[in-house]
Amino acid sequence: MLVPAGALGLGWDDEALARGVARGPDLIAIDGGSTDSGPSYLGRGVSKYSRAQIKGEWAALIDAARQADCPLILGTAGTCGAGRAVDWMLDITRQILAETGRSARIAVLRCDRDPTALAEAWDRVTPLPGAPEVTPDELAACSNLVALAGVEQVQEALATGADIVICGRTTDTAILAALPLAAGCDAGCAWLGAKVGECGALATTRPWSGVLELDFDAAGCTVRPLAEGAEATPQTVAAHLLYENADPHILHEPGGHLDCRPARYAADGEATRIEGAVWVPGPYSVKLEAARLTGFGAQALAIVRPPRYVRHARAFAASLEAEARRRIADRLPDVAYDMDLRLIGVDAALGDLEPDRGAPVEVGLLLRVRAATQEQALEVARIVNPLLLHHPLEPGEPMPTFAFPSSPPEHATGATYAFVLHHVLALDDPMDGFSVEAFDA
Amino acid sequence: MRELRDLARVRSKNAGPFWITLDLFCDDYDAVAAIDTAAFAARLRCDPDAVRRFDLPDLSVVKLSLPRPAPQGAFHDRDMHGAALGAALEGMTVPE
Repeated sequence: MLVPAGALGLGWDDEALARGVARGPDLIAIDGGSTDSGPSYLGRGVSKYSRAQIKGEWAALIDAARQADCPLILGTAGTCGAGRAVDWMLDITRQILAETGRSARIAVLRCDRDPTALAEAWDRVTPLPGAPEVTPDELAACSNLVALAGVEQVQEALATGADIVICGRTTDTAILAALPLAAGCDAGCAWLGAKVGECGALATTRPWSGVLELDFDAAGCTVRPLAEGAEATPQTVAAHLLYENADPHILHEPGGHLDCRPARYAADGEATRIEGAVWVPGPYSVKLEAARLTGFGAQALAIVRPPRYVRHARAFAASLEAEARRRIADRLPDVAYDMDLRLIGVDAALGDLEPDRGAPVEVGLLLRVRAATQEQALEVARIVNPLLLHHPLEPGEPMPTFAFPSSPPEHATGATYAFVLHHVLALDDPMDGFSVEAFDA
Repeated sequence: MRELRDLARVRSKNAGPFWITLDLFCDDYDAVAAIDTAAFAARLRCDPDAVRRFDLPDLSVVKLSLPRPAPQGAFHDRDMHGAALGAALEGMTVPE
């Protein structure tokens, strides 16, 4: 199996990809998304990447799969895997085929769920550790709700014989583990190899080269980098189990879990051989993800440069914020809003957890506002605008002026969303609620 | 006294929208593994019982997973990818 990159949109080393194509893969598989960029993409059902970038990369992979005479599969299309993002990817695919004068058989796996139907089946839903409380209203307000498909649903899509398979939300590993599991390869190592391969060459000494080959068989899996000079060492391979993973030993998937602890890793030239991982079957459940609209945002940025203001940045910001809240209460008494002021150069990334105190030359004041409508959020920001420009550290001192990087300094940041679910749904049949459709295009 | 940054490289990353995970790639594994979970939790201002800790001598890694300070993308979340939290640990003092 050939994995061109950790995600469609990140690019790859062309020479390494060509080398992989020449080695005759049975499948070219690439992931298209994750929750990692935040709830906005699932909330809106859109991709985080540029259409032009995705189109260019996807066209190259359609071409590579044709050269290799094997199918091409995309997991979690359009960052979030929601129906709208799947349709976007399908539209790009049709456009590529039309522009290149080619035809292909396409299969589409859809993973969307209706929030109302899920609410009615709530007795089949179990929260995972750290899950938020979910009210029925919050669930009903979700703009998109998806279940993460596992290998069973992906196998159904591959079994259509399609040249191109576009999946909605899948687990990171499902598109890589589906084929070796269907072929009867060692189950534990199919899952573990898939986990190692899901970020492409990230598990090697040349993470940016993207390309990775996974060879599955009845006894294990071999992880082989294809970029010049790249190595997949037992260390880089095993260490990848740490990445974005709360538990490095146990990986939960629909229908069971992978126990990585018995796995053994052995160097084989530039590749690493994995054997001994154990798959433990369990009840069949799928993880759920959903996002709901929480309002509309506005932001403004001002740069504070006078040394005395920089030295007293926290006290200055506290005074500015107190005055801003007083004015907002006075002028917009009926508007509910959230607001915070972050001090870039002081503790913007960590807040109260910031242990270090430096001496920055300047401090960025980042104002963030959220309200029920876009206009309300902007109105709140506009009330703060003159304070961001002129608020004095002490009453009665000469009026300062701070640096605005743009006119206006405040900008609409659009709809804001929250992740709602961190739960699993028990299914009697893996295909319940999922659908596969295949057609010629 | 040494600081943690002298003994390990800390990688911080989301582990899904509600968890964050810190991978401490150690140059001196024994010294880092000897640090009490409560000391890490104090720097992270979280309940030590909420921290899932994995000591992985084969990889020279100590891994700490904890519920995110704010869910990813919530209004008061400061760090969408959970990338900066490692800096909260790097200045920890570690006994010789």
